[in-house]
Amino acid sequence: MEILWYIIIAIILAIFFILDGYDFGVGIIHLFFAKKEKDKLVIAKSAGLFWDSNEVWLVAGGGLLFMAFPTFYASVFSGFYLPLILVLWLIVFRAIGLEFRNQINFQMWKDFWDKAFGVSSLLLALFFGIALGNVVRGVNLGGVINGESTYESHYFFLPLWDSSFSPLSDTPGVIDWFTIIIGLIAVIVMGIHGANWIILKTNSSINQQLKKVIFKLNIALIILTIFSLAIWLKIKPQALDNFLDNPYLVIFPIIFFTGLIGSLFIKKFKSERTGFFLSSAVILGGITSSLASLFPVILPSTNKINESLTIYNTSSTEYGLETAFIWVIFGLILVIIYVIFQLRINSGKIDDFEYGH
Amino acid sequence: MEDMILYDRLQFAFTITFHYIFPQLTMGLSLLIVYFKWKYLKTQTEKYNKAAKFLMKIFAVNFTMGVVTGIPMEFQFGTNWAKFSELTGNIIGQTLAMEGLFSFFLESSFLALFIFGEKLMGQKLHFLTGFLVFLGSWASGLLILATNAWMQHPVGYEILENGKFVLNHFGELFSNPWLIPAFLHNQMASLVTSSFLIISIGAFYILSKKNIEYGKLFLKTGIVFGLTSSFLVAFPTGDWNAKNVAKYQPASFAAMEGIFETEHGGAEIVLVGQPNMLEKKLDNKLSIPNVLSILTYQSWNKQIPGMDQFTEDELPTNIPGLYYSYHIMVGLGTIFIGLMVLAAFLWWRKKLFEYRPLLWALMFAVPFPFIANLTGWYVAELGRQPYLVYGLLKTVDGISPTVSSGNSLFTLLGFVGLYILLGLLFLLLVGKIINEGPTKKH
Ligand code: HDD
Ligand code: HEM
Ligand code: HEM
Repeated sequence: MEILWYIIIAIILAIFFILDGYDFGVGIIHLFFAKKEKDKLVIAKSAGLFWDSNEVWLVAGGGLLFMAFPTFYASVFSGFYLPLILVLWLIVFRAIGLEFRNQINFQMWKDFWDKAFGVSSLLLALFFGIALGNVVRGVNLGGVINGESTYESHYFFLPLWDSSFSPLSDTPGVIDWFTIIIGLIAVIVMGIHGANWIILKTNSSINQQLKKVIFKLNIALIILTIFSLAIWLKIKPQALDNFLDNPYLVIFPIIFFTGLIGSLFIKKFKSERTGFFLSSAVILGGITSSLASLFPVILPSTNKINESLTIYNTSSTEYGLETAFIWVIFGLILVIIYVIFQLRINSGKIDDFEYGH
Repeated sequence: MEDMILYDRLQFAFTITFHYIFPQLTMGLSLLIVYFKWKYLKTQTEKYNKAAKFLMKIFAVNFTMGVVTGIPMEFQFGTNWAKFSELTGNIIGQTLAMEGLFSFFLESSFLALFIFGEKLMGQKLHFLTGFLVFLGSWASGLLILATNAWMQHPVGYEILENGKFVLNHFGELFSNPWLIPAFLHNQMASLVTSSFLIISIGAFYILSKKNIEYGKLFLKTGIVFGLTSSFLVAFPTGDWNAKNVAKYQPASFAAMEGIFETEHGGAEIVLVGQPNMLEKKLDNKLSIPNVLSILTYQSWNKQIPGMDQFTEDELPTNIPGLYYSYHIMVGLGTIFIGLMVLAAFLWWRKKLFEYRPLLWALMFAVPFPFIANLTGWYVAELGRQPYLVYGLLKTVDGISPTVSSGNSLFTLLGFVGLYILLGLLFLLLVGKIINEGPTKKH
C-alpha cells in the first residue's frame, strides 16, 4: 500500500511540475523576452487562463501527502519552514499579478504586475529546484550536534543557508552551491518548457526568436546536468545503486535524456507539440529519476545517528491508506473527465478565440 | 515555548480570519450567480444574464483571493502545527485530501471556462460550468467542516501507544453529529453574506440613481434570499448548533452564554453584560430568567451547569473573547432578521425604493455579515481551547517542535504585510467593478 501511494503522489507531483512548470516558464520568458504590449498580453494570458487549475495539483498533492505520509509531511514542512513560507508568499504574489493585471487599463499598473509575475515565477522555479536539491542531498535529521540529537529523530530545522554554502558541511542550509545549481537547472528547464508552451498556444511575434532561445538554453542545460550529476555522485557515491540493482528503473533517466537530446532539434520540428512533449519528458524524467534513486527513502539523513525517512516509517495505517485508495480512484476518474472537457473546449491557440468577459 | 505557541496561534488566527472572508462570499455568491443564470435560461431576458456576468466579475476577484489565501492554510498545518499533523494526519488528512481532490479540482477546472468561455460554449454549457463551480465550493465547505467537526467532536478513531490517532471508521467522519448542523448553519450564513452584498450594491445604485433597473433587481433578489437565510441561520440551524455545544462541550457552552454560577431551576439567558474575570461574575447584566433552559432543552427548569462546575483545565482559555464573539454573532443575527423583515414589509407596501433611510442602512450593512461569520468561527475555535482535538490533544502539544519563535514571528509579520496589500487591492478592484456597473461595454 505504501508503494502504491508513493507512486500516486509522485505522479500527481510530476503532473504538477509539468503543468505549473509551463506557467512558471511563461513567467520567466515574459520577464526577459516579451516587449510589445500585444505579446505581453497574450503571453500572460497563456498562463493566466490555466495557472489556477494547474495549481490544484499542488494542493491535491499536498493533501494526499498529508494523508498518506503524515510524519513526513510534518517533518519536512516544519523543517523547511522558512523556504516554504517564502514559496507561499511568492505563489500569492504571482497569482495576484496574473489575475489583476488586466483589471485596470493603466500602463504603470500593468507593467508592475507583469514584473511581479515574471520575478516571482523565476524565483519559484529556483526554489522548487533548490527543494529537489535538498531532498536528494539530505538533511541533518534530529538536528544532531556533537553526536547528540536536539529534536526527536524525525524532526529537523534548516536555516536558509550556512555560512560555508557547502553541501558537504555538517550543518548544510537550504541554499548551498549544490542546491543552487539544481535550482538553476529548474529555472532553465521551466524556461524552455514555458517557451514551448507559448509557441504552442499563441501566435506571438516572438515565437521564432523563442526557438533559438530554447536551443541555447538547452545547451546550457546539458552542461549543467552533467556537472551536477558529477557532484551528486561525489556527495553520494551510492546514488546509482538502485539503478544497478533494478535495471528497469533506467527507463526514467532514458525519458529524461530523450527529452534533453531531442530538444536540440527544435528548429526542425514540424509540429509545435513535439517541443512541448520533449520538455515535459525532461521534467517527468528528472523528477522520477531522482525519486527512483532514493527509493524507498524520501528524505535522507546526513548523520549516522538517525535513520532516513522512508515511505515505511512515515506512513499512515493500512486501514487509512486502503480507504483512501478507494476514493482516490473515484476522484482521479472525475479529474480525468474534467481535464478532457477542458482540453476539448480550450484546444488551439488562445489568441484565435475571442476570450474576455 | 510560551511565545512559540503565541506566534503560531496568532499566525493561524490571522491567516484563517483573512482566508475565511473570501470563501464565505464565494459559496453564497456562486449560488446567486447560478440563480441569475438559470433565470436567464428560463426567461431569456438579457437583464438576468448581465446581472450574472456582473456578479461573476466580483466573484472572480474574490475567488482569486480565496485561492491564494487558502494555499497557505493547507501548508500551515505542516509548517506550524507539525506535531498535530503527525499525530492526527491519519484522520484529518483524509478529509483535507478529499477536499483537494473532489472540490478544488471541480471549482478551478470550471471557473476559467465559466468566466471566459461563454462565447465558446453556448448558454447551456455555460450554465453547467457555473453550476459545477457552485457545487465545488459547497463541497469544499462540507469537507473542511468535516475536518473541523472532527477536531470539535472526535469520532471513528483509536489512539495508538505512540500517541497517534488512527482512523478506524471512515464513515463516522461524515456521520459525525457535529457536522451537518455546522455545515447547514455555515452555508446559510454565507448566503446571508452574499445576499447582503447584492442588497448593498442595489441600494447604492438606487441612491446614486445609476443602473436603477439593476439596483431594483439586486435589492429584490437579495431581500428574498436574505430574508430566508437570515431566518434559517438562527432557526433551526443556529439553535441546533447551540444544542450540540451544550451537549458535547458543556464547559464552552457555559462560557459563551456567560453563566458563571449554576442556577437551581432553570438558567437565564444573558442579553448584555461584561464578564468580570476577577470576581467571576457578569457586570451590568441584563437577562431573562429560564429562557436558556427553554431554548436548549425545551424545559422550564432544566439545570444548566455554569462555569463553577468545571476545573480550570476544562474551561476555555479566553472566556471574555468567547462570550463577546457569541453575543456579537447572535446580536447581529437578530438585527439581520429585523432589517430583512422591515425591508420586506416596505417592499410589500411598495415603498422600498423610496424610503431612503432604509436604503442607506442596507447599503452600509454589508460588513456586518462578515463580522458575524468571523465571530461565529471565533466561538467555535475559542470554545475548543485549550484543546486542538477536543478533550484529547492540547493545543500546546500540537506545534512544530523545531520552529523557533523568532522564525514564526518573522513569518507572521510577513503575512500581515502581504495581506494588508491584498486587502487594499481587493477593495480597490471590487469598488471599481461596482462603480462601472453591470452595463459596462467591453
Ligand atoms: C452571518 C453569520 C452568522 C449569523 C447571523 C449567526 N451565525 Fe452562528 N455561526 C456562524 C455564522 C453566523 C459561522 C461562522 O458560520 C459558524 C462558525 C462555525 C460554523 O459552523 O458556523 C457559527 C457557529 C455557531 C455555533 C457553534 C459554535 C461552536 O461550534 O462551538 C453556534 C452555537 C451558533 N453559531 C449559534 C448561532 C445562533 C443561535 C444564531 C442566531 C441568530 C447565529 N449563530 C447567527
Ligand atoms: C474548518 C476549518 C478550520 C480548521 C481545521 C481550523 C483549525 C485550527 C487550528 C489547527 C488552529 C490552531 C490551534 C489553536 O490555537 O487551536 C485554529 C485556531 C484558530 N482558528 Fe481555526 N480552523 C478552521 C476554521 C477557522 C475559521 C474559518 C476561523 C475564523 C474565521 C478560525 C479561527 C481561528 C482562531 C481565531 C484560532 C485561534 C484560537 C486560539 O488560538 O485561541 N478557524 N484553528
Ligand atoms: C484551516 C482550514 C482551511 C484550509 C486548510 C483551507 C484550504 C484552502 C485552499 C488550499 C484553498 C484554495 C483551493 C484552490 O487552489 O482552488 C481554499 C479555498 C477555499 N476554501 Fe478554504 N481552507 C480552510 C478553511 C476554510 C473554511 C472554514 C471554509 C468554509 C467553510 C473554506 C472554504 C473554502 C472555499 C469555498 C474555497 C474555494 C473558494 C475560494 O477560494 O474562495 N475554507 N481553502
